Amino acid sequence: MTLDEFHNRYIVTIGIECHVQLKTATKLFSGADNDARGAEPNTKISPICFGFPGVLPVLNREAVHLAVRAGLAMKATIPRLSRFERKHYFYPDLPLGYQITQLAEPVIVGGTVETRTPDGIAHIVRLHHAHLESDAGKLTHAGERSLVDLNRAGTPLIEIVSEPDMHAPAEAKAYAKTLYQLMTYADVTYGDLYHGNMRFDVNVSVALKGASELGIRTETKNLNSFRSVEKAAEYEMLRQAELLDAGESIRQETRGWNEAKQQTFTQRSKEDAHDYRYFPDPDIPPVIIEPAEIEAICHELPKMPGQYRTEWEELKLDSSVIETLLSHKEFAELIAVILERAGREHAIRIAHWFASSFSSSDDISPEIGNFEADKFIELSEMVSADELSSSAAKEIFTELLSRDISPRVVAEEKNLLQVSDVAAIAEVVEKVLADPASHKAVDDIRSGNDKAIGYLVGQVMKLSQGKANPALAQKLIREKI
Amino acid sequence: MTITEVRDRIRSGNSTARAEVEAAIERAEKAVSYNALLSITKDRALVRADAIDIRLRSGEDIGELAGVPFIAKDNMLVFGTPTTAASKILENFEAPFQAECIERLEAAGAICIGKANLDAFAHGGSTENSAFGVTKNPVDATRVAGGSSGGSAASVALGIVPFALGSDTGGSIREPASFCGVVGFKPTYGTVSRYGVVAMASSTDVIGPITSTVDDAMLVTKIMAGKDEKDVTTLPENTMLRPAKAVKTYGIVKEWLEGVDSEVKIATEKAIEAIRAQGHEVREVSLPTLHYALAVYYVVVPAEVASNLARYDGIRYGQRVEAASLSDLYTDTRHAGFMPENKRRILIGNYVLSSGYYDAYYKQAAKVRTRIIEEFEKAFEQCDVLIGAVSPVPAFTIGERTDDPLQMYLADVMTVPASLAGLPAISVPITPTRAGLPIGLQIVGRRMADVDVLMAARDIEGVS
Repeated sequence: MTLDEFHNRYIVTIGIECHVQLKTATKLFSGADNDARGAEPNTKISPICFGFPGVLPVLNREAVHLAVRAGLAMKATIPRLSRFERKHYFYPDLPLGYQITQLAEPVIVGGTVETRTPDGIAHIVRLHHAHLESDAGKLTHAGERSLVDLNRAGTPLIEIVSEPDMHAPAEAKAYAKTLYQLMTYADVTYGDLYHGNMRFDVNVSVALKGASELGIRTETKNLNSFRSVEKAAEYEMLRQAELLDAGESIRQETRGWNEAKQQTFTQRSKEDAHDYRYFPDPDIPPVIIEPAEIEAICHELPKMPGQYRTEWEELKLDSSVIETLLSHKEFAELIAVILERAGREHAIRIAHWFASSFSSSDDISPEIGNFEADKFIELSEMVSADELSSSAAKEIFTELLSRDISPRVVAEEKNLLQVSDVAAIAEVVEKVLADPASHKAVDDIRSGNDKAIGYLVGQVMKLSQGKANPALAQKLIREKI
Repeated sequence: MTITEVRDRIRSGNSTARAEVEAAIERAEKAVSYNALLSITKDRALVRADAIDIRLRSGEDIGELAGVPFIAKDNMLVFGTPTTAASKILENFEAPFQAECIERLEAAGAICIGKANLDAFAHGGSTENSAFGVTKNPVDATRVAGGSSGGSAASVALGIVPFALGSDTGGSIREPASFCGVVGFKPTYGTVSRYGVVAMASSTDVIGPITSTVDDAMLVTKIMAGKDEKDVTTLPENTMLRPAKAVKTYGIVKEWLEGVDSEVKIATEKAIEAIRAQGHEVREVSLPTLHYALAVYYVVVPAEVASNLARYDGIRYGQRVEAASLSDLYTDTRHAGFMPENKRRILIGNYVLSSGYYDAYYKQAAKVRTRIIEEFEKAFEQCDVLIGAVSPVPAFTIGERTDDPLQMYLADVMTVPASLAGLPAISVPITPTRAGLPIGLQIVGRRMADVDVLMAARDIEGVS
């Protein structure tokens, strides 16, 4: 089925659950180190991570704090009281035999996320709630054996549950990207998608256009890139429509994503669904968050993408430029600093440099360098002072992204500084005009064909190895003719 | 034997910590036929005793329990010995850390010499559910010592040690204390840290002492009590340090004399007379919701039990039965590792929490629990303490009730209410039966009024 065929007859409905690992120093209920990146298996654990008898959970208030930040970033309500519950199932990566999570009384209620699809259209996705919970460990299957690593067991997560408000795979992708932005701007997660800091479960159902009820949904779990969110939603939407076309029914089930084949596959049907036997965790008193605490967190919340967008629209930046800048918090913060220190002209110029060097549709690579605003400002000022041509400046900009070096040093190294010395340029102009090859152009200009001046300027640039200030060169040529 | 006697012998130089520990271990070895102990931590106990003796000789003040030997229930994590919870699944489990209550007692100079028998995972009232055999009653070896802290109560009754630790989830300190003729105190929920104690039901588990005198129970509880950062359910205040208030009005709980054995009733009435004779006001009170307490208990507690036992899966520690599939590994391990009573409670617990039944059972039970708490509060507007029997019967004979779990559960009917409400409660010995079987009187106090309960118990101790 083609996408056009689909859209002629069907409508897709998408809801997303997103797990965000919080960047607390220690785990949700123990003092074990929460940062296990690169650590040997089972070295970042305490007795509770190991599920020993006699252990008791002690809630890490930092995790609650970050959850509140995340909630405020999503314009959600933070109830005064929330509660932890136990969710039971047996699996080797779950040491206690239950996950400590929230069900009836989560820490974050409601909220909205505003997203932009690449066509520039804004969409509002409502949130049902988001709850705090502890992550499970990791299981590695090695032939006959399975190996358990509990380093990740107990890492605090928030699970953000959207309403089924999305109606296109592109909207799902835009939502995933926006959540990433909100969580990284709010600084609650390392946001390393490759290492699973954010994971998406995509619920997809399909119904005939005009149908009053939603179709039966499937849930494709554990997607860790924006692209796979979009592709899995698209695959599921078409797969379901083809089944419906063939007169078959959709099975409510959990599916996985095969990245190599770009296909979803059956993992567990509804009949095999667990009965999790939730009940309030008797070891953990209810969590109380007083309004004053929420107020204080509200004040410490950094600037969010929506605020940047409003500011930059005033700078008359294109929406594609804005979206690219927003896709990395580092870019947004940098442009904000430049705007403050150096003003609009430089901010706009540098914004365009960034936008042309990065694409907004890129999945996030974890290695975005530490940028120094002053170097970029210096570079932009060199352009304003006619010391660099715009193409030379762009070349130096690219260099600055990967090297910790001053723009002037690069300019000198590459011999890109413009000559704005009148006598020096006049000398070159003399040479060019004296060249018999230039006579035709000179005649053309005299007879009113002004376009020919471009040729002469080009010759000056060539002779000066690109360093002459082209505007000055043109002025001098006109004077001589 | 009291703590004070042993302590004073050591302090005055008439004895040493080593001598006391050696003597206690010798007594334990002599009494082995009662099956009160699951292990003896001789090496570690002697090392600690010698260290204390050296410090005592150099004039150091080590603490209120310097050199006093004690026995811990085997659901408490103690270094130097396995913690089995009297189960097969933890048969060889060595604790990587120590229970907070043990840490505090050791800091006061007490020396753990061994671990006491219990019903596996504290499920039961007779220690007949222990994977390592029943504990016999020191008064009559054909009878049970009670449970689940049966080994702890028997150890004190046998005079092996001046005190032992028990845990009480629905009567597991009070009932064996009453069966063995010793004092058993369950403090207010949250008085003593549960950290390092194998959880049975997190919302009612309480650690407390079994002793031969009320004063000793007070002393041991005071040392263990107080906020522990590792157990967020501990109370912020050490209520054992509160000054005693005069206990003036005693409330006889009508429901706690209903359906009890005639000799238990006679003994209890005699105790009430003695209280009256001391000039106290005694009035009868009725708490009709207590009729539902047992039902509530056997919904809420199995739910927590099923959850707390989920971690014993053979994956990371404890006994494992190898199997072809993961699912079989779980099933076979848990089948072999748990006793029938453990399985019964896991089944009940999973049933009441399962979808479709949660509202009808667990949620409803939680509501009635709140009603019971409110009814206690109302009763305490008129009375300073409430009294009644501990168990409807004295110690029963071994094997008498093992085929009838319901009959077994009914033995908890008068001890579970204080557990559900988190109230301090004590069993103090009163007049035994004609055949010499011990009987306990239960005194229950206001939440955090532990000292008042102990004061009332001291008044009746040895009088009736």
